Amino acid sequence: MSAEAPHVKGGLGQSILRKEDARFIRGKGNYVDDIKLPGMLYLDITRSPYAHAKITAIRTEKALKVPGVLAVITGKDLAAANLAWMPTLMSDKQMVLPTDTVMYQAQEVAAVVADSRYAAADGAAAVEVDYEPLPVVTNPFKALEPGAPVIRTDRKEQSNHIWHWETGDKAGTEEAFRSAEVVVGQDLYIPRIHVSSMETCGCIAHMDSVSGRFTIYMTTQAPHAIRTVYALVTGLPEQNIRVVSPDIGGGFGGKVPVYPGYVLASVASIKTGHPVKWVEDRSENLQADSFARDYHIHAEVAARKDGTVTALKVKTLADHGYTDAAANPSKFPAGLFHIITGSYPFAKAFVEVDAAYTNKPPGGIAYRCSFRVTEAVYTIERMMDILAHRLKVDPAELRLKNFIPPDAFPYKSALGWTYDSGNYAGALKKAMEIIDYAGLRREQAEKRRRGELMGIGISSFTEIVGAGPSHTFDILGLKMFDSAEVRIHPTGKVIARFGTKSQGQGHETTYAQILAEELGIPADDIRVEEGDTDTAPYGLGTYASRSTPTAGAAASMAARKIREKAKKIAAHLLEVSPDDIEWKDYAFRVKGVPTKSKTMQDVAFAAYTNHPQGTEAGLEAVDYYDPPNMTYPFGSYICVVDIDKETGQVKVRRFVAVDDCGTIINPMIVDGQIHGGLTMGFAPALLEEIQYDENGNIHGGSFMEYLVPTAVETPHWETAKTVTPSPHHPIGAKGVGESATVGAPPAIANAVVDALQPYGVEHIDIPIHPWKVWQIIHAGAPKTG
Amino acid sequence: MAVSARPIAPAASLSTRSAPVVRIQVTVNGSPISAEVEPRTLLVHFLREVVGLTGTHIGCDTSHCGACTVHLDGKPVKSCTVLAVQANGRQVRTVEGLEVDGKLSAVQEAFVEAHGLQCGFCTPGMMMTATALLARNPNPTEPEVRDAIRGNLCRCTGYVNIVKAIQLAGKKMQANPTGPGGSP
Repeated sequence: MSAEAPHVKGGLGQSILRKEDARFIRGKGNYVDDIKLPGMLYLDITRSPYAHAKITAIRTEKALKVPGVLAVITGKDLAAANLAWMPTLMSDKQMVLPTDTVMYQAQEVAAVVADSRYAAADGAAAVEVDYEPLPVVTNPFKALEPGAPVIRTDRKEQSNHIWHWETGDKAGTEEAFRSAEVVVGQDLYIPRIHVSSMETCGCIAHMDSVSGRFTIYMTTQAPHAIRTVYALVTGLPEQNIRVVSPDIGGGFGGKVPVYPGYVLASVASIKTGHPVKWVEDRSENLQADSFARDYHIHAEVAARKDGTVTALKVKTLADHGYTDAAANPSKFPAGLFHIITGSYPFAKAFVEVDAAYTNKPPGGIAYRCSFRVTEAVYTIERMMDILAHRLKVDPAELRLKNFIPPDAFPYKSALGWTYDSGNYAGALKKAMEIIDYAGLRREQAEKRRRGELMGIGISSFTEIVGAGPSHTFDILGLKMFDSAEVRIHPTGKVIARFGTKSQGQGHETTYAQILAEELGIPADDIRVEEGDTDTAPYGLGTYASRSTPTAGAAASMAARKIREKAKKIAAHLLEVSPDDIEWKDYAFRVKGVPTKSKTMQDVAFAAYTNHPQGTEAGLEAVDYYDPPNMTYPFGSYICVVDIDKETGQVKVRRFVAVDDCGTIINPMIVDGQIHGGLTMGFAPALLEEIQYDENGNIHGGSFMEYLVPTAVETPHWETAKTVTPSPHHPIGAKGVGESATVGAPPAIANAVVDALQPYGVEHIDIPIHPWKVWQIIHAGAPKTG
Repeated sequence: MAVSARPIAPAASLSTRSAPVVRIQVTVNGSPISAEVEPRTLLVHFLREVVGLTGTHIGCDTSHCGACTVHLDGKPVKSCTVLAVQANGRQVRTVEGLEVDGKLSAVQEAFVEAHGLQCGFCTPGMMMTATALLARNPNPTEPEVRDAIRGNLCRCTGYVNIVKAIQLAGKKMQANPTGPGGSP
């Protein structure tokens, strides 16, 4: 059985094809809406046409007469069971159904249960509701003005101000600004956007009234946390709750929160004893599910005349809608926004954020990014360009002058983060070389002489992902570790289960690769499972690029625990002392006699058939990995745009993305993650935005108006890598799912602003659509900043 | 908890008991299917809930996303925008019909090999559009591919690898024109 094995099939760094694809390409995926249980009923929701209104009456008679309709649930019904409100992940509260007031357009008002999907929809349309409109506030600045109508009258504060949060050295920062040679400041608005995963949200709830067993199949990124929250909120015993997250059609943060529809289906199942399915349609998804961004930012950078940055201060107003239902770690109501010093060694920094209620649906979830990191990166990377413009230096030169140098890591930022590793200049220089930066600048100069508009934009971002160390990170008190349970069967095949949940990232493949590398067992022989709380070990789920940094690390650590035990069995088989055995080239070998060896498969068989007497049989391990630090992926992106002066249309001609996510597990999958992330960075830069009019009517509530990029607009992405492993992660990996979403928007915005320099423009708020550009071109030289 | 409710009758799968129904016969992936449906039943709901083929997905309610794309008499259609009664007497092919006798079609193989899918939700519709494109143009340029799939949204892949997959499938089909999935 022993053989030299310098590589293991499917180990680290190999672009093996994905295990999960076999079912997806055959139409055999198992998404929530594909599941059909015997006796299943359907739930649909009646929603408010008003953004703020008193409900004076709800009449259900007509709905109950619709053939097939079985029940109508209103807020009063829920209030009787103390379920009209539920807690949010930020310890605020959210209505499941209103008892008297609606607070945003499309808010749930009543739920209809029927024996078919169509009957449920007919019933929802037949529920009659009388409203008395109330004054609407959609602008968070106006919401905080004296005399503004109070939205959340249920709170004792009687104010639309939710919280104030600040960090950094305020006095030191002010002092640095007073003595600064150069100061630049800018208002930046990052509008509301929506993750809009291709699969909307939904569930099938099933209370078995005989056994007391409650099962919910649910589009969730965090099944274990949901189980515990359900237990705490409903009082159901946790062992009787099973949350199953089947195949998930994209998450991006939108499937972290608990939405009223999940609770309504649960209530309906408890009431009827039948399984109840709720699946929202796209318009409901866009209009009512949690939003991202909506940050009104004012940033100032202090610098010396030579361009050396010295201090940063940022004041932000966050629009959270009618409740703070953000999905942030408890200690950080503004997420990790204080990564905002970015790739630069600011000596002093101060950041403050105030949050306000408005008559909009809940905001503050991610959009494929680690807690507010996109807002931070966009701000600092725009500000660096504004500083470069003011100082009349090249933005690449300004960045290269300021970067935290490679020998400064681990680097402690002015706002308290300890960056694990980085080589920022390495990534930028590589991107400049690939795209021929100098050549592009020459081309641009020539085009400017001819009156053509071409722009080049850079973004050199630093991310912070992999939440996180339990001393700092929790959600509702649940610590943000994650887990792996690895079991090797007698024939040397493996089943491994994880506390995370893939939504397209390819965990079934990449986790198997980590285990293949650690155990010397081919990835094909390793089965990965996630998403069923009955079988998987506890974990906080997949978001914020945390799966590889936490559960991926747990995979390594569990495998290494197995190796410790396996080494003793190998010693027994080889009739030597365990001290004489080493794990080398994917086998246990006798030191000095490498041909005398046993593979993990040999050991696995012995663990069940011939284990040393006095030791435990079997070969398995569990690891709950509590990372010692966050990981800090980084990269440099360069974007080239051409602008049509007649139409204002921006065309991304080239986009080079150099990413550094540490050790690469599967290059093919990493590139796929970056392509997708870049597209979700491109989208808010040029296309996507959810707006509200003064009456709180949503603009962007369907795919008619909400412009998810198609293949036609989306650029052809060019990718490259540098590799700077994380020093604290067992395999040096950092996570990659979100880097590109974070890094891309400022590269594109910087390129457009650069193209429009002949018009004296220093800033344009995203999304930069043709109308904004056309106005600048055709209005002479406006000052938008 | 007080909920206004009526006694629960045995559940129907899709149509409500008292609504008028129409009998239709549709050939789905080569098999004749006969069923009674409400006139308003969408083809996508017929396929998913009556025929039981859940590979065809629903991603929007405005005919923009293309996740529900199937072939109707050989032409790609968004099955959320076709009534089941309009398919009466016609041939429907879904993603489940791409694999023939246990052999994947060129498009299916290429999507795996070029990493043209991530979450898999848009994939069936994307592959049906791709199959139809390659049947009329087996060697499309990148702009031709991008234009052909403009009605199919993908949120995960950024389209780069989907474009590659479709071009790769075209090459595979030219190399093996009698393989499965060669025609829509």
